[in-house]
Amino acid sequence: MYVAVKGGEKAIANAHALLAKEGRGDSHLPPIDPSWAVGQLAVLVARVMNEGSLYDPELAARAILQAQGDALEAITLVRSFRTTLPRFGYTVPVDTAALPPQRRISATFKDLPGGQQLGATFDYTHRLFTERDTDGPQASPNGADGADAPAMPRVSDLLGHDALVQPARPEHFTDPEPPDLTREPIVFPMERAGRLQALARGDEGFLLSLAYSTQRGYGSTHPFAGEIRVGEVELEFEPPELGFAVPLGRVEVTECQMINQFKGNAATPAQFTRGYGLAFGRAERKAMAMSTVDRALRADEFGERRVAPAQDEEFVISHSDNVEATGFVEHLKLPHYVDFQAELGLVRQLRAEYQQRQELEGREEIDEEVLV
Amino acid sequence: MTGEPISYNTGYLDEQTKRMLRRALLKAVAIPGFQVPFASREVPMPRGWGTGGVQVTAALIGEDDVLKVIDQGADDTTNAVSIRKFFVAVAGVATTTRTDEASIIQTRHRVPETPLSEDQIMVYQVPGPEPLRFLERRETETRRMHALEDYGLMYVKLYEDIATHGHIATTYDYPVMVNGRYLMSPSPIPSFDNPKLHRSPALHLFGAGREKRIYAVPPYTDVESLGFEDYPFEPQRFEDPCAICGSVGVYMDEIITDDAGSSMLVCSDTDHCERTAAAKTEQVPA
Repeated sequence: MYVAVKGGEKAIANAHALLAKEGRGDSHLPPIDPSWAVGQLAVLVARVMNEGSLYDPELAARAILQAQGDALEAITLVRSFRTTLPRFGYTVPVDTAALPPQRRISATFKDLPGGQQLGATFDYTHRLFTERDTDGPQASPNGADGADAPAMPRVSDLLGHDALVQPARPEHFTDPEPPDLTREPIVFPMERAGRLQALARGDEGFLLSLAYSTQRGYGSTHPFAGEIRVGEVELEFEPPELGFAVPLGRVEVTECQMINQFKGNAATPAQFTRGYGLAFGRAERKAMAMSTVDRALRADEFGERRVAPAQDEEFVISHSDNVEATGFVEHLKLPHYVDFQAELGLVRQLRAEYQQRQELEGREEIDEEVLV
Repeated sequence: MTGEPISYNTGYLDEQTKRMLRRALLKAVAIPGFQVPFASREVPMPRGWGTGGVQVTAALIGEDDVLKVIDQGADDTTNAVSIRKFFVAVAGVATTTRTDEASIIQTRHRVPETPLSEDQIMVYQVPGPEPLRFLERRETETRRMHALEDYGLMYVKLYEDIATHGHIATTYDYPVMVNGRYLMSPSPIPSFDNPKLHRSPALHLFGAGREKRIYAVPPYTDVESLGFEDYPFEPQRFEDPCAICGSVGVYMDEIITDDAGSSMLVCSDTDHCERTAAAKTEQVPA
């Protein structure tokens, strides 16, 4: 019976006890320790940190376990915690060109200063099930950890010297304080800085599909993966009372610069334009999708006609947050019987009126026949 | 951070966030029916499950408050229970199921049957704050329409209802004009409840967490449900009395009682139903 929804406290307590039992799995096996997940599920941990907008691998791992592996539930947990944290300010801008990359590739140049470095990647692996290696990998080959890698200038900066690529920042750029969309409401149209923040915490799957759609003709941007790099960068913060920057620690990031064809217009000669993606941890798919969508969203800047969903800022930004999306779709589980009752009344009324009209028309037809 | 205990501020939200919310609320009260954008925070329940209402309540609630939470008119629906327990846990607040005892009533989809008073605040959970959204999907455009008081589109929609069905075919979230200026969504309350907002002595606050908007109907404000001179607004009515307490003129839940689809009507407002039924039992001599 539907009134069972009005279960009250006991039903909730029982349901949560059952949830905990289900999540524990086989009680003969030891529970997973969050510290194992940090190392062994690092890619998932990175996703939860990105979309949870909080760099804390230990906490993200804990969230994944508490959420029984449900990524969006874990992200919601992290976000609900993050939002209670005090905010001190912005760090000094991170120089990703200076980061010693663990991985750095360019799809646009065969060779380039600093060279190509594959690093830790699933690319070129055969997706076959392998025997689990319980001893761990053998000692890594020389230099693979990136510690001694030579300086690797960014590909887009190399092209930038010839003005073939639109400069990273416009002329007379004053570096204004960017908005913080976790502290100020989003108002459309947005600044690119705010948009990038939204994309950085946007759902990986949603951004992936949007990026994919641009490759299939829905707002094409002709992207090339100018550069993808993964490595650790140092974060520095300048407390106003000190007046100089102090290091806070290191975070692992994945950066992607998409380079896109632009045929030019009356005001601008032909050149390449940029899309930018940055994500915590090893999150290459996310960074690539983000940079592709970022470029698509810059349509107005280049006088391109906005014809596809990926170019539509309101559409993309309003629907990219998976905490909002999953909550609202799943809220349909909540009882709606007040509204349904109202609709039930309306449908009954409309049907009764339809019936009446049918009968009335039938009678009129008979009347006409009688007249004939 | 593994294993370290995590503690939260009283009322869950930090004080800066509460201040931000209170500013938005003050602005909302100053411009009745106007949607004030606010920097909606995540809260420990999913979006769409009352996060706007929870933030508004968290910004208001103090030690002296008595909280009532209802969903679909009932205090014992699971989500109402969950939100009430949340505020007991993070604010240590007193709770009640009686409408007349509550100082703050957080609600989803209903306005209580018991008349409200001047010292009460209603907090509505709002899924879609924009009454024009399904007529115009762009926020940039609807904002302009509100600014210019350009509500023709909504009247055309209502007119088309009449042209098609002979009457207005909107039964809940029925649009209202607030203080003769702003078109407002009363949240998905049944149109039956709309008249309760008109010149209500209580303060009505609306929180849309996912859509990041707060708006308000201050006490004794005009709230007119849209209509035409020849086709005025008509709230839904129920002919039969409540099968439990015998109330008439209240909103009903239809309870299916067997596999053949038989049904009975009972009060949607569980507090009203319990008290009416109890009063009747007292009157009957033992």
